[in-house]
Amino acid sequence: MIPAAFDYVAPTTVEDALAALAQYGDEAKIIAGGQSLLPVLRMRLNAPEWIIDLGRIESLRGVRDDGDAIVIGAMTPHVVVGSDPLVAEHASLVAKAVEHLADAQVRHRGTFGGALAHADPAGDLGAPALALGAEFVIAGSGGTRTVAADDFFVDLFETAIGEDEILTEVRIPKRTGWGATYEKFVRVAHQWPIVAVAATVRVEGQAGDRVFAEARIGLTNMGSTPLRARAVEDALVGQPVTDDAVRTAAALAADGTNPPSDLNGDADYRRHLATVLTRRAVLDAAGA
Amino acid sequence: MTRISLTVDGASVSDDVEPRLLLVQYLRERLGKTGTVIGCDTSNCGACTVHLDGTSVKSCNVLAVQADGAEVTTIEGLARTVGGDDGLHPVQEAFRECHGLQCGFCTPGMIMQSVDLLKNNPKPTEEEIRLGLEGNLCRCTGYHNIVKAVQHASGQAEVTA
Ligand SMILES: Cc1cc2nc3c(=O)[nH]c(=O)nc-3n(C[C@H](O)[C@H](O)[C@H](O)COP(=O)(O)OP(=O)(O)OC[C@H]3O[C@@H](n4cnc5c(N)ncnc54)[C@H](O)[C@@H]3O)c2cc1C
Ligand code: FES
Ligand code: FES
Repeated sequence: MIPAAFDYVAPTTVEDALAALAQYGDEAKIIAGGQSLLPVLRMRLNAPEWIIDLGRIESLRGVRDDGDAIVIGAMTPHVVVGSDPLVAEHASLVAKAVEHLADAQVRHRGTFGGALAHADPAGDLGAPALALGAEFVIAGSGGTRTVAADDFFVDLFETAIGEDEILTEVRIPKRTGWGATYEKFVRVAHQWPIVAVAATVRVEGQAGDRVFAEARIGLTNMGSTPLRARAVEDALVGQPVTDDAVRTAAALAADGTNPPSDLNGDADYRRHLATVLTRRAVLDAAGA
Repeated sequence: MTRISLTVDGASVSDDVEPRLLLVQYLRERLGKTGTVIGCDTSNCGACTVHLDGTSVKSCNVLAVQADGAEVTTIEGLARTVGGDDGLHPVQEAFRECHGLQCGFCTPGMIMQSVDLLKNNPKPTEEEIRLGLEGNLCRCTGYHNIVKAVQHASGQAEVTA
């Protein structure tokens, strides 16, 4: 219940936070909202000597418009992301995923950047970030670099963020007017999904004659990192928005995945779930 | 040790604390505010819910040092946020009226989360109440009367308990 003892600093600028990281090296751990880190510390699965709190750095909070992208500050709490009008208009997939992430209390504290940096394969924000082609802005003592979503998720709980670096913001290219759905399959309330599917699509044509112009689909908990269901994306483009066409494309959802087996279900069950949830998510995102 | 200063239930407090001290321990062990309880080890149960700068949080999953400079309201100070120092908050009253508890262990957290829910959504549907309370677990009541208490507090249900 009680973490091992540590020392604590709460810098007010990114520069000071980077300086603290450089000084304490691998004995330090960053805390954002603490909603994943504090349970880890309380179970003594980790015992850093220094905790560097980003909670006092105002510049890391908020959502802003940046032309062809929106930019979400790493320390923006889930509850703010979930109700932000820019997110709703240009990246509605993110808003949908946040809506059922954890519970209200956790959404008040937990942050967008913290959840992505934590890189839990069952976390709800990785698949949407991947599907939307997000870019991760990472600051280090040598300056700032930008990492594409395809290169950000490295392995279980491992990202491209180096030990002496901080994720400062996430750029999400605008997909205005796209439909989006996050289908999350859970066993109990307020928990991580057994499998979830993040789908966002652009549909063209008149009612009765609508076709998929573009589709981007991310899978949660179907491997050690979030994955793109590229076979489904390719199969959907040009197809009519019908139950049959979506069912045929969605059957490819588990291609190239490597889902875990655990008490919630074995790998085969997850593969099946991925196809079912993909069909539901794509149809719903297309408004069908 | 780190110096923290905050407001708890309307009173200014200042203390030297170990950085690893959880907010819930600070409230219970330093300030004697045992109305806020601990029901789990995993931040699942919500029994420890308090308001931090006006929004609900699980106080077992916040460090006391993270609350430096903040305003905290616990179940013990809830009534004074609506003016009455010794009376009950309307949501507390509704839980009593509707018998929204049996053993009462989850009740402080249920009430604090219900107040947060009603602040954002003054007339929630039953479904919205159940979703809004999904981070609070009750071992006794099966949630039925808890949901009814929140409906009652929002002026949407007759008392039938
Ligand atoms: C009861 C409960 C239920 C939950 N349910 C879900 C769920 O259904 N779905 C889901 O996705 N999540 C769930 N979560 C986790 C929640 O989303 C967390 O908010 C999130 O995973 C971590 O965000 P945080 O801001 O709290 O980060 P922290 O816990 O503070 O940090 C997490 C990790 O990321 C690192 N880190 C944080 N920020 C940065 C940064 N800017 N740069 C570099 N490294 C950084 C930290 O060092 C740490 O290792 C749940 C948590 C709880 C307690
Ligand atoms: S004691 Fe805090 S959530 Fe259970
Ligand atoms: S009344 Fe006993 S746990 Fe809820």
